[in-house]
Parts: sequence; C-alpha cells; structure tokens
Amino acid sequence: MRHIISLLMENEAGALSRVAGLFSARGYNIESLSVAPTEDPTLSRMTIVTSGSDAIIEQINKQLNKLIDVAAVMDLSEGEHLERELMLVKVRGEGSACDELKRVAQGFHGRVIDESNATCTIELTDTCAKLDEFLQAINPDMILETVRTGASGIGRGERILKL
Amino acid sequence: MELTGAEIAIRCLQEEGVEYIFGYPGGAVLHIYDALFQQDKVKHVLVRHEQAAVHAADGYARSSEKVGVALVTSGPGITNAVTGIATAYMDSIPLVVISGQVPSFAIGEDAFQEVDAVGITRPCVKHNFLIKDVKDIAPTIKKAFYLAKSGRPGPVLVDIPKDISNQKADFVYPDKVNIRSYNPLGKGDSAQIKLAAQMLLEAKRPMIYAGGGVVLSGASAQLTELVRLLGAPCTNTLMGLGGFPANDKQFVGMPGMHGTYEACMAMQYCDVLIAIGARFDDRVVGNVEHFAQVPRKIIHIDIDPSSIAKRVKVDVPVVGELKPVLEQLLSELHSSKQKPNATDMAAWWKQVDEWRVKGGGLRYKNSDEIIKPQFVIEKLYEITGGDAFVTSDVGQHQMWTAQYYKFNKPRRWINSGGLGTMGFGLPAAMGVQLINPGATVACVTGEGSIQMNIQELSTCKQFHLPIKVLSLNNRYLGMVRQWQEFFHGNRYSESYMDALPDFVKLAEAYGHMGIRIDKPADVEPAIKEAFARKNELVFMDFRTDPTENVFPMVPGGKGLSEVILAEDL
Repeated sequence: MRHIISLLMENEAGALSRVAGLFSARGYNIESLSVAPTEDPTLSRMTIVTSGSDAIIEQINKQLNKLIDVAAVMDLSEGEHLERELMLVKVRGEGSACDELKRVAQGFHGRVIDESNATCTIELTDTCAKLDEFLQAINPDMILETVRTGASGIGRGERILKL
Repeated sequence: MELTGAEIAIRCLQEEGVEYIFGYPGGAVLHIYDALFQQDKVKHVLVRHEQAAVHAADGYARSSEKVGVALVTSGPGITNAVTGIATAYMDSIPLVVISGQVPSFAIGEDAFQEVDAVGITRPCVKHNFLIKDVKDIAPTIKKAFYLAKSGRPGPVLVDIPKDISNQKADFVYPDKVNIRSYNPLGKGDSAQIKLAAQMLLEAKRPMIYAGGGVVLSGASAQLTELVRLLGAPCTNTLMGLGGFPANDKQFVGMPGMHGTYEACMAMQYCDVLIAIGARFDDRVVGNVEHFAQVPRKIIHIDIDPSSIAKRVKVDVPVVGELKPVLEQLLSELHSSKQKPNATDMAAWWKQVDEWRVKGGGLRYKNSDEIIKPQFVIEKLYEITGGDAFVTSDVGQHQMWTAQYYKFNKPRRWINSGGLGTMGFGLPAAMGVQLINPGATVACVTGEGSIQMNIQELSTCKQFHLPIKVLSLNNRYLGMVRQWQEFFHGNRYSESYMDALPDFVKLAEAYGHMGIRIDKPADVEPAIKEAFARKNELVFMDFRTDPTENVFPMVPGGKGLSEVILAEDL
C-alpha cells in the first residue's frame, strides 16, 4: 500500500543521504522524496512517498526514527492529510493544438508560465494522482519535458508535526 | 587555554577516562599522534593492521563496560577499519573510532589517501561526524561517546581533517550532551509490563530467550531472578552466552542453527516466549514461516523498537533498557497474587527433559587416534576452570566453543556473532587482555581465521600480552567444508587450506612459544603447559579431525524442529 511519510530532521550535511541510504540498504521503495529547510533553518522537513506491506511500513517508520538526525516521524497516511505536488510541463504546439492544451490545463487549475513561438510551459499543483490524470489527458506527442517535485504532505487540522 | 585540535581530541579522551586506544599512524593523523606523544594518560597500542585496531577496541569494550577507542588515518586507514566497525555495529558494541581526513580544503579533490569516510561507514555506524571547525571537536567527541554507549550501543566515527587538527581553539569539555533528536528510553511502559507479567503467570509452557542485550545492559542478575521466579527453561543466544549461567539446571543451551535440540524444541513449542534483548535473527529461529506455524504468544523486550516485530509478530512489545524493564517486570511478578502453576511447570519440564534425552545432549565420538575439536574445548574449559575470557574467530571452532565451553558469567565470551568476521579473535583478545590484566585470556581459532590477522602476534609481543591461542587446525575451512558436504554433493570447492605455514615456527618467528599437538593424549598436557606460562603467549596448533561436523544443525531455511542430530547422518 502507498504511504506518505513526513519527517523532521536536523538540517545538516549528509542527513539526506542517511535517509536515502537507509531505503536502498534495506531494500525499501521510494516513489518520491522531497526535502527543504523549514521556518526554523536548523530543521529540514522531508516527505517520502513509499509503498510496502504493513510490516515493511512499520519497519520504515522505526528505522527512520532510529536515525540520530531524525527528530520526528509521522506516517501521514494513518490519518487525514493533504498532499500536493508541483509539476512543470513543457509542450510543443502551435495554434489550435496549443489552445486546446491550455484549456485542459485550466481545467486542472494549471497556468502558463512561459511561452515561445513553438513551446509552452505549464505549472500545475495538485495531488500526484491528479497530475498523472493531466498527463493522460493531453497528447503525449506534444510533451517535451515534465518536471515533478514529488509530493509534499501535511496533516489536516490539528494533526501537526512540530518539535 | 588554547590548544590545537589534536591536543583537544586527546584531552577529550582523557576526560572520558580512556586508558588505552588502538591505532595506526599515517599522514592525516600526524598531529594527533604528536599530541598523543606529549602526554601519558592515554596509552596507545600500535597494531599491525587497522582492522585489528577496531577489533581490539571492540574486545576491550565487550569484556568491560567501557567504550573502545580506535585511531586510524585517512584513506586505506579507514577502509581497513570498516570491517571492524561493521563487526561492532552488528553486535551493538560501543566504540568511538577517530579517523584522520585529508585537509578540509582538499576534500573532494581526490587528494592523496582521500576517501569519503563518513559516506563509506554510514551504513555500519550508529552515527558519524565530519568535523569542519576546530571548535566542534570537543562537543562532537562528547556526543560520540554518549551516542556509542547510550540506548542501543554501537560504533560512532569522528572524522577529523588534518588542518582542523592543527588549528587552535579554547578547550572546554562539555558536562552533558543534549541531542534533541535522540532520546533513548530507560524504563518500559508499565501497562505493557503488566500485560507481560500476566501472560507469563498464565503460561503453561513459558520459555525465556535471552540475547546479547542482557550482557550489554548488565542485566544478568535480573535475568537470573526472572528465570528462578518463573521456574521456566532459559536459552541464551550466541551473543547472550554467559548472561545466564550455562551450568544451571534451568539452562537448556543455545538455540538455533547449532543450538541444542531441547532449546530449539522449547522455542518452537512453548506457549509464551519472552525474548529479552534478542532479535529473532535467521540463525536463531531459522525459517520464520515455519516458526509461525505453531501458535505461541510472544513478549519482546528490547531497547531498539526496530528490533521488535522485524521478523516475527509480537503480542506484547516492551521498549526500554533491559535492566530497568526487567526490574519493573520482577516487581510486577512479585506483587501479583498469582504464582506460576506448579503442575503445569512440572509437565513442561517433563517435556523439556524428554527432549533433552531425545537430543542426547551435546555429544561427539571421541577418539584415541585423532584429536576431536570438541575434546580440546572441553579440556580448555576444565583447565581454565570455566573462568577464562574466551575470544573466537568464525566457523566450526566458534560453534564448538559456544557449545562446549560453559560460560557462567557475562562478558567472558567474545565473538563476532552478527557479522561473522574471520580474523576477529586474536585482536579482540588483545583488547580483552589489556583491560583485564592478569586474567586468563584464550583465543580459540582455526588455521583459516588466524591467518586473517596473524600479524597481530607482533603486537602481542610488543605489549607483552600473554594470550593463549588454541588453533583447531583441520586443514579445511571447516564450516564451508561442512556445508559443501551436506548441501553441495561433497564438492569441496576451495575449502582446503593448502600450503599452510608451520605455525610453531611462525609463532617462534614472532617471538612466542608454539606447540604442535597431534595426539589426543597430548591435548591436556599441552593446554596445561601453555596456561602455566602466565607471562607468555603460547600458540597451540592442534591437528584435529578434518571430517568432524558441528551438530545439532538446523539447515539454512529450515524450521527449528527440523534439526539434524549427530546420529541422523
């Protein structure tokens, strides 16, 4: 089953590789991983999308907690949560094909952030599944590049991950 | 007062009360060696290979309650140390390894003897640090010692670039450590402990399964009290031997691949199993699906939550330090009105005793013609009164020592259980002998393992370490040969040790005494003579039966009740 795990870790050199190394050493899946410092610059917040049996997910949570640099771990999938991913898609298209694409993008609350004679770059933010849907909805031949950040997750309401 | 980074590092070791460190100098640690030279509180033991430095520090830690310290240079210094670090990591041994690094401005430029020490050790340390500012040396070393010995112990690496060890800073050793992301638990959850107590009191067939955690946390007395109170059988894993006295009637021997029949069967068919500082590893429970086929309740006490429910489902997990948790459990059991049911317990022991008879105990067919390796270990046990520190290497000799030397005290049995590192025994014995001067220290090894760190005979000479080396020389990599005999159609692929050296001459070349023993009748006199030489290292080269196998055996991938006994073949 797909799980989205959030964690707070010391914003120190090598901290990211400890997490990445843990996943590869123990053979766990990483679908995506996104990380950046928080409002407290000494801490980084990481969102990991992974999958596995309940036993594997339990081990992943425990192993993450065991890392000395990791201050807090929350399996967001265990409760109400939100997830968002940013995607940039550059397409080649002119005239009506391009207009059609922009209309589809609008339906996904996307916006055009760059245009040239023959290309157009669209920014979309949504759940990973919704972004997949957008890619399905457009003509794949037009796609030049897609760039995705991986999911960022946060608990709903009073579900808060903070030190 | 301003000191150089190197001086600060050594002062930190002094503050930690470190008596001996084990190391090997090189370019990147020259400043540190210079600081070491100019003081006499921390004594340095010069090994002949960095792997041995870490194993020696490891033996020092295992046989005492101290943190072992090793000092190595950059590049090949640290890569040689990695096997030692991984060995300590797998067995949760508290070590601080200080490595030199190329100057900080040269890092990343493929400088001479540069290797990413933090990167290369990351998967086999509890934590590691690369120091980038001389002011961080003291607080980092303080943290390293704290991390190494607290919670689930383990090795911690501190990598110090050469320029940093030569810069100056004020020396202030912090009184305490605060790591906000690291808060190991002490006591266990009282509700869980109540549940565990209830489950144990209601058990008809309780079984106590204790591992290396008992030894590491100094909880032998509490374990012994628990075993007495419950009246249940107790098994100790390879890492836990000595945690409960082996000559006690409630001890059923070691479980697992080369455990006793009764221990394997009791693990399999008990109704409540309490695991204490043990981790259900593959060498202990064998095939986990097979293990899970028989219903039983499992209580698991461990300091590391990730050890719980990793391989088997657990009914009552208790996270905490073993000593306080066992004390909590004991007081819960004492205060309960319920007592273990004597009738149930008598029936359970009747069953266990039947298994004891069926398994036939640990046994081998002795010979007047050829030395049986088990016989050597039995004689070693007798002659040392069961009171020696015994280190071992890895293979058949390790299993025979675990089986036939009855460890009655913790921290006496020093072996590489998790990683299974050949070459561990001799350097580990050096650390043991240094921290236990005057104690009897034996290193049981084989002609294969000993050659992986035989150069340490030179270190033993320099530091007057009167270790007794018992090499069970069967001219084979015995455990490999055994598996090839059982599972690979007697195709002994590369397991014969051809062109062996004359170990007696080799020992003599290093300045020690060597004895070659060919006949069973000479075993006892040779061991007696060797151990009578209190101040000398004696190398005993026993020519043992090359065809002897280790029994009982639960083959890899099989279940605990599928054990092969000696007569089955």
